[in-house]
Amino acid sequence: MIEAINEALDVMLGRDDDVIVMGEDVGYFGGVFRCTAGLQEKHGKTRVFDTPISECGIIGVAVGMGAYGLRPVPEIQFADYIYPGLDQLISEAARLRYRSATEYIAPMTVRSPFGGGIFGGQTHSQSPESLFTHVAGLKTVIPATPYDAKGLLIAAIEDNDPVIFFEPKRIYNGPFTGYYDSPVEPWKKHPDSEVPEGYYKIPLGKARHVSEGEELTVLAYGTMVHVAEAVCKKKGVEADILDLRTLVPLDIEAIEESVKKTGKCLIVHEATRTSGFGAELSALVTERCFYHLEAPVERVTGFDTPYPHSLEWAYFPGPVRIGEAIDKILSD
Amino acid sequence: MADKADPKPSGDNRPALALHVPEPKFRPGDQADFSDIDISEPGAQPRPDEATKPEDMKELAYGLVRVLGDDNKAHGPWDPKLDPETLRTMLGHMAMVRAFDERMFRGQRQGKTSFYMKCTGEEATSVAASMALASDDMVFPSYRQQGILIARGYPLIEMINQIYSNKGDKLKGRQLPIMYSSREHSFFSISGNLATQTPQAVGWAMASASKGDSRIAATWVGEGSTAEGDFHSACTFATVYNAPVILNVINNQWAISSFSGFAGAERTTFAARALGYGLAGLRVDGNDALACYAAQQWAANRARANQGPTLIEYFTYRAEGHSTSDDPSGYRSAQEREEWPLGDPVTRLKDHLIAIGEWDEDRQAAMDKACAEEVKATTKEAEKNGILGHGLHHPFHTMFEDVFEELPWHLEEQAEQATRERKIKWPDQHPMDGAGK
Repeated sequence: MIEAINEALDVMLGRDDDVIVMGEDVGYFGGVFRCTAGLQEKHGKTRVFDTPISECGIIGVAVGMGAYGLRPVPEIQFADYIYPGLDQLISEAARLRYRSATEYIAPMTVRSPFGGGIFGGQTHSQSPESLFTHVAGLKTVIPATPYDAKGLLIAAIEDNDPVIFFEPKRIYNGPFTGYYDSPVEPWKKHPDSEVPEGYYKIPLGKARHVSEGEELTVLAYGTMVHVAEAVCKKKGVEADILDLRTLVPLDIEAIEESVKKTGKCLIVHEATRTSGFGAELSALVTERCFYHLEAPVERVTGFDTPYPHSLEWAYFPGPVRIGEAIDKILSD
Repeated sequence: MADKADPKPSGDNRPALALHVPEPKFRPGDQADFSDIDISEPGAQPRPDEATKPEDMKELAYGLVRVLGDDNKAHGPWDPKLDPETLRTMLGHMAMVRAFDERMFRGQRQGKTSFYMKCTGEEATSVAASMALASDDMVFPSYRQQGILIARGYPLIEMINQIYSNKGDKLKGRQLPIMYSSREHSFFSISGNLATQTPQAVGWAMASASKGDSRIAATWVGEGSTAEGDFHSACTFATVYNAPVILNVINNQWAISSFSGFAGAERTTFAARALGYGLAGLRVDGNDALACYAAQQWAANRARANQGPTLIEYFTYRAEGHSTSDDPSGYRSAQEREEWPLGDPVTRLKDHLIAIGEWDEDRQAAMDKACAEEVKATTKEAEKNGILGHGLHHPFHTMFEDVFEELPWHLEEQAEQATRERKIKWPDQHPMDGAGK
């Protein structure tokens, strides 16, 4: 996935002179996760550069660059560190088009690694997506495969609205099934790791059908797509798994179609439970598919605690928690 | 286990610490006396070359650049030597800002709008300063720089339409009054969130530099807002990337009810902060229009020559309340305004023009009258588009537009809901009055 992200940035830097990549350690060094490796050398120091350690500064100058007419792609090194930039994202980037009645826009894509499963402890594991889905004017995108990472990132950079692009760092190097004591497979054995060269994009707001099934619908994104898929496979459950890919705008049609077909819905995310994005999904499914539901909508999520270090696998919404929820839904 | 700190002193023999909470010198009822303020003699400050290193500008960051003296003449190397026609234009803009403020304040009291903020006493810091920029240099103002719009020829009627949030409002009634935006006038959209515009201005300047453009950016922020983290980011990024940007700090002594001591003014100047960042720093008499112009011109020349950013502190006084929602008699001496040692910027410029034989009191009176009449007539014109809450607003559907470039399904659904509700809430309203879909 790292290479796919790097390629997306490379393609867009090459196609559009207004694209600028910046962030802490992204320039000469190529990023702490190597996502920007080689880009400064290829595209020059004024297109790809390092910044001071200041998230509000990074987002703030990106808003100003957008007002000028550039298309900045700032990186926040970990999603856990995006909070100093929140005022600029929520009060400025998200509202600029609206408050100026389109005189000024913020066509920026904020890339940031997110999610746990890597013994990252409290400040290298968080999944803060629902802070952003709650903000009018922001789009939130989360890829689950290398193919999608490249196509969605290109679409996000070309989009004229501000996009929060969360990259599940647990699956940077290979899909993670949640069976943490099994060896991790590299991406090259995965069918969605084939990434075409050059330019292509995947439209924002469209979910991906991971598997077709009649027994229940699973709504997931990021790392949890792979975990949910592995659990269903292991349990022999024929699930209709949707990888949402974009949380705002949401592919409500795909969700409705699937839940109306299966009558059962499981929502899986790594973020904490209370007011997490799962609550929004659950409410939407209940409002729009109520008469088709044969069981209560279930949510499998992280617990409502800060992300712990040593108890990571007790916290992580892995196979056991998902398995229990599936059993509960199917027994209803 | 105790979960609260022991309230008793620790009992050892170390001296007790004491928390310092700043207190302004004068509170309501006090006699204001500003005789201890150190005010440089007009003309006394040197005007260094625009390429001067920040470390060699210490004197300018702690002193006060002044041009206009008590004799109403221009003194010293900072005299921008403007021709009389330009000076009269400058005075005219400042008089218009004052007339506009008076009328809009009254309009708020009459219930024509919800809110207004005057800039009385600070007119030079926006009008004179912005006149030293090119018209296509980008400005990122706070909410108290209406003088820039007037100096740049933004139509008064557009300002009033915005204040009234009527159907003529280009911002479609979405923004609180005075949060203007005009891309055509290189005037950035004003935000209610303080100091956010400062790193944005730096980003704009970085973009201009990265494109090899020749335009520069300037931002305005109050001294109270310099305490925000964004201001620190702006200074850091400006210096790191040598951004062609001017950071204007309007030190009007007050941030609503908090005196400048709560932003750090008890121990240093705001201009002096520039030195720590490696920015050029100038401290200027903010009520001296010529000094304001000259400082901005110096900084603009510096930025244009790729010599880097400048932070300018304008030492001035907020003569009126913070806003129509504020009553300063609750926290400061009523005499401060009259005792303020730097006088009134409009009067000082007027007196200068008279002193050089280019103006007189009769022409001033005629100009003030013409300004008042123009504002009054324009107000009447704007009222035809409606005043706040009187029906002549934008169609409901516009509330949902421009959140995103395209309307997503959930906003389309909510727009339909708002339109349905209209028939119940206002059954008698004709759709043609602007409230229709």
